[in-house]
Amino acid sequence: MRINCPYCGDRDAQEFVYRGDAAPVRPPTLEGSGDEGVFDYVYLRDNPAGPMREYWYHANGCRNWLVAARDSLSHEISAVALARDGVP
Amino acid sequence: MARYSIFGLAANALSGHRRWRPTWRDAPPRAAYDLVIVGGGGHGLATAYYLAKVHGIRNVAVVERGWIGGGNAGRNTTIIRSNYGLEGNTAFYEWSMKLWEGLEQDLNYNTMVSQRGVLNLCHSDGQRDAFARRGNAMRLNGVAAELLDRDGVRKLAPFLNFDQGRFPIQGGLLQRRGGTARHDAVVWGYARGASDRGVDIIQNCEVTGFVRAADGSIAGVETTRGRIGARKVGLATAGSSSRLAAMAGLRLPIESHVLQAFVSEALKPVIPGVITFGAGHFYISQSDKGGLVFGGDIDGYNSYASRGNLPVVEDVCEGGMAIMPMIGRARLLRSWGGVCDMTMDGSPIIDHTPVEGLYLNAGWCYGGFKATPASGWCFAHLLAKDEPHPTAAAYRLDRFRKGRLIDEKGVGAQPNLH
Repeated sequence: MRINCPYCGDRDAQEFVYRGDAAPVRPPTLEGSGDEGVFDYVYLRDNPAGPMREYWYHANGCRNWLVAARDSLSHEISAVALARDGVP
Repeated sequence: MARYSIFGLAANALSGHRRWRPTWRDAPPRAAYDLVIVGGGGHGLATAYYLAKVHGIRNVAVVERGWIGGGNAGRNTTIIRSNYGLEGNTAFYEWSMKLWEGLEQDLNYNTMVSQRGVLNLCHSDGQRDAFARRGNAMRLNGVAAELLDRDGVRKLAPFLNFDQGRFPIQGGLLQRRGGTARHDAVVWGYARGASDRGVDIIQNCEVTGFVRAADGSIAGVETTRGRIGARKVGLATAGSSSRLAAMAGLRLPIESHVLQAFVSEALKPVIPGVITFGAGHFYISQSDKGGLVFGGDIDGYNSYASRGNLPVVEDVCEGGMAIMPMIGRARLLRSWGGVCDMTMDGSPIIDHTPVEGLYLNAGWCYGGFKATPASGWCFAHLLAKDEPHPTAAAYRLDRFRKGRLIDEKGVGAQPNLH
């Protein structure tokens, strides 16, 4: 796989660290959200077979956090953006 | 079904091997069963076998999307061992090992169980301490383990690179009863045993949904070969568990990841048992055919693709060359990938689901093969008696909610690190 980093350009996926599905959203306050919210965020996953959005960290590059739209069935990456701009 | 024996073999040899019968029945689906197992891999077939044999429940179907043993049962590296250190794991995997030890006689099928030993190498004081602790935990549970020093390892495997700069070998943890088994034979042996006792094995039959009764409980499965009614449905579809669970409206603490494995051309016997180099992401054994069977870590990203990427191929081969330079001239014959149910604590799930009548056997990470007999035994127990088997009582689905994780590696809710 190759990931088209918005900052560095097209790079081998080996340069990146995978941080998983970008869909789970951390509860704004852990205290206020109750056990269910934390349990859901930490443990439960949709684990889709097909298109998903996920975090990649460009550890051996610009060290930006990225969000990639990738297909878990084909490994095809259709879009990559900086994570700080939000999950598209 | 005829029993296999030396006399039967001789009789078939004298008749030119023209009278062998199919090992098991490839059945068409009937309208309804007491129980349907989804997934015709080792775990699903073992479950059906023990349901019929131990619990006398024979009105059972195993439905398989492709052909039996065509998924992870045919993609693993065939290692069996019970060298686990945490409560909840040790007794379960030891029960599995005991079933392996009697499996061929029980099934009347040659599963080629070979207890040639599993050796984990350690390279630092800290790692040796961790191995000592794990070995002691095993011994307290009645599982033999030996902590070897450097010379002890050298006696077993003199060809290793003992003074490798980054990971000099300090010793190892040895389980002599560990080893390998023939993965396809395990599938066929269980299929034969189950089929003999009346279980229908239905291939090319993909589950597309669940049939629900008015009260929401499970009443069967919708498949590509029509509706099949059942009072209870057991899922044994590791790799695709989330997809099946989603059809019942459930989300699981599981991610699907790809694990690659490799085999070299056949060589004369060189590797005495199973050797693992965890610090360098490499483990190896040698098949009876002579091929070096090896692998390393999962690729690390979510995948249902059954194939991995080249960086991990390079990483695994580098690990092999670092610890075992003698294999450098061997040519790689094939590599492949399997999709693993990676749970949030690295341990499996054998439990009820919140949906009445739906039972889950999932989350085997990259270690499901060794668990095949006990997984089938315990899942059959759960399906038959509606209560967990004592050795699998820790593998509850709600352990994540309750904080009762079984995290051998201690890396937390990060499936790609287990």
